[in-house]
Amino acid sequence: MEKFLTVNSDKCTGCRLCELVCSVMHEGVSNPAKSRIQVVKWEDEGRYIPMICQQCEDAPCQSVCPVGAISRDKEFGFLKVDYDVCIGCRLCVSICPFGAMNYNKTTRKVIKCDLCGGDPQCVRFCEANAIEFVTADVVSSLKKREGATRQSAASKQSLAIWEHV
Amino acid sequence: MALDRKIAYIDLSTGKTEIKPIPLEVRKKFIGGRGLDAYLLYNNAPEGCDPLSPENPLIVSGGFLTATCASATARTHFMAKSPLTGLLGSANMGGFFAPELAWAGFHHLVITGKAEKPVYLWIHNGQIEIRDAAKLWGKTTTDTQWAIRDELGDQEVKSAVIGQAGENLVRYANVMTGIKNAGGRTGMGCVMGSKNLKAIATRGTMDIKIAHPLEALEFNKKFIEQITTAKVNKTQGTLGTPFIWGATNSWGGVRTRNFQFNQMENADEIEPEAIDDIATKTIGPHHMTGCFGCQVHCRAQYKIPSGPYAGKYDEGPEYTSLGAFGGEPDCKSTETVLTGNHLVNQYGVDNLEIGSIISWAMELYELGIITNKETDGLELRFGNDEALLEMVHRICTRKGWLGDVLAEGGIPAAQKIGKNSFDYLIQVKGMSNLHSDERGTPALALNVATASRGSDHLRSRPAIDLYHLPESVLRKVYGSPVPYDGPLSSDHMEYIGKAWEVFWQENCYMAVDCLGICKYHTVFLGATLPNFEDWPKAIYYNTGLEFTPKEIWDVAERCNNIERLFNLREGLTRNDPVKGDTLNHRYFDEPCRRGAPDIIGAKIDRDKFKIMIDEFYKHHGWDNDGVPTAETLKRLGLDKELTQLL
Repeated sequence: MEKFLTVNSDKCTGCRLCELVCSVMHEGVSNPAKSRIQVVKWEDEGRYIPMICQQCEDAPCQSVCPVGAISRDKEFGFLKVDYDVCIGCRLCVSICPFGAMNYNKTTRKVIKCDLCGGDPQCVRFCEANAIEFVTADVVSSLKKREGATRQSAASKQSLAIWEHV
Repeated sequence: MALDRKIAYIDLSTGKTEIKPIPLEVRKKFIGGRGLDAYLLYNNAPEGCDPLSPENPLIVSGGFLTATCASATARTHFMAKSPLTGLLGSANMGGFFAPELAWAGFHHLVITGKAEKPVYLWIHNGQIEIRDAAKLWGKTTTDTQWAIRDELGDQEVKSAVIGQAGENLVRYANVMTGIKNAGGRTGMGCVMGSKNLKAIATRGTMDIKIAHPLEALEFNKKFIEQITTAKVNKTQGTLGTPFIWGATNSWGGVRTRNFQFNQMENADEIEPEAIDDIATKTIGPHHMTGCFGCQVHCRAQYKIPSGPYAGKYDEGPEYTSLGAFGGEPDCKSTETVLTGNHLVNQYGVDNLEIGSIISWAMELYELGIITNKETDGLELRFGNDEALLEMVHRICTRKGWLGDVLAEGGIPAAQKIGKNSFDYLIQVKGMSNLHSDERGTPALALNVATASRGSDHLRSRPAIDLYHLPESVLRKVYGSPVPYDGPLSSDHMEYIGKAWEVFWQENCYMAVDCLGICKYHTVFLGATLPNFEDWPKAIYYNTGLEFTPKEIWDVAERCNNIERLFNLREGLTRNDPVKGDTLNHRYFDEPCRRGAPDIIGAKIDRDKFKIMIDEFYKHHGWDNDGVPTAETLKRLGLDKELTQLL
């Protein structure tokens, strides 16, 4: 089963260290504008949501690419850009529903998450565990438990009301 | 590279800007941040200048490591001659402003002159623009930031702004960024107001090349482990700084009712757990947030649960808001603390100073030194929550006789109020003391009396002195990078050896302020946190520049001496009750009345305290008047006139 990056935005403290380590890892520079991950913030409400490539199964970036420069990595399953083929049209940037296809203004190339070759630095450095690198079944079983907990709490509450009546 | 970040000189009177590189020689001597700011202030502020005059330079900086691959280096520093003290003005804030300024190409800004009408600076990718701020004037600190983003059409713009307190020249107004990050001491927001400068907005997408990126990443990972494994930081990351207030209150180390008591009774509603409970209820279980690149995430998010501001979002409250709106005025309601915290954040005013000064006025009112005539009928008694919050409004808008007088700061207010009001003013060098009580802790009292920006705990406080650590641990911390074989004591009531601790901490805090590192990431609240031995690698991997621990120490000592020289030039003398290294007489005359058994009855011994200050001066290489000797200045390379290297 392939692992993917899953975000729990409730846990995100908004520190943006993920942006920093991503740009240092890939470009050797500190510059969030060149990070593959970016935290979108609503500071007046204290809400922060890290946005990252979801490595979609039916990937719009891959479908829209007129020269077929985007393909899936066989070992880790992420979508990668073949820069020998890429013509820099940036259609993929426009179509990505997550804004996760970025553009490096210096090299004039599109950039996207490559899971750091299996050890994503954003995950490694996130002490809040807001980003995790797991397989989809782990996420779905976790979500099941969360949903079931809510249901259980609701049914306990209604039971208590009945007893009271 | 961090080394290619620039310095910009901006004259608001003429609208001219000049951008210069920062030479390597300057980095080796002053590193950056607060240390280099001190050098710039010394050279750019005319001797004896009026702090509110156009020639007083406002210096803004990020640290040398800010926005490199070194965690928790987000601090922004402001420096100018202080309109509150007439001496060194200096304030430091977290948030996201300094990294953005660094990505925009700048480490230091020197802002002089005065704009004819309200303006703001727009600094982006090497460009500096002065823009009209007519529409921003009168807005709160957060509304100003959001309006700038809308005007510039970029939600990622970060701004350092003033609120109405700065506009109204309240002498202890803050510069603010984000919801609550405050450059909050010595009135740097007042200096901005005097220049008609409403905000500094910045946005940058320029690379900061990391000298050794993979090594920097790995070193940072280790650095983070050192930070997050310290127990004190785990607690900070859960309860924030209110936990320090709560813990200190439990043994009798906080000020309450101005200086009458050293412990607040029946404080359950404002204990850290009670604040945490409200944050959990109004935001959720994950309600802690932090500054750029920081893992400690020490500030809570909350919504005010009740009262006239119910439902308003804010962050904090910190130790100082608990002191200002809880302990000091003896108000016991969470709603008051959270509302007061919101008001100071929105007005942009120093919560510590305003809380202290209102509590002082409350004591004067109860003593009959001020009456309903001065308060315009307000019952300014301890425990009157409404009067407390009303005074915050009055001071920030300079409403009524007392609001206007208190907005001028403690010393001018004491002169206007007259009688013996000065005797009750808990201040050093014209700035109010933290809401902590140092009568049972001579080391902390020495820190407060000698701090370069006036009474302050973040200049040289040896907080670990309270932990009763074994002497061997103290020797390990305080015995390097320069050897020390004099006495050290684990007893917090002791006077012997404490002068060295304070001297060491003074250099440690200067070093982190030069690098842009937050104090929670060094020997402040935990003895195992990084210090001189750990920084050379962070500097080398990120910037390529080589320093030894001793060289960093020397830089810190050099910069601390420049701050001292500035203060001496502007009128500091050792025993001056207004501008000296002195404490209010109550520290020596009134014993503590509450707290742990060893604290009850504690007060500072005048003679021992004098010897302590003598020792403290001696460690610096200063004479008995606290003036650096010729030999010391020569040793630090400050013997010749401080020539312009920039």
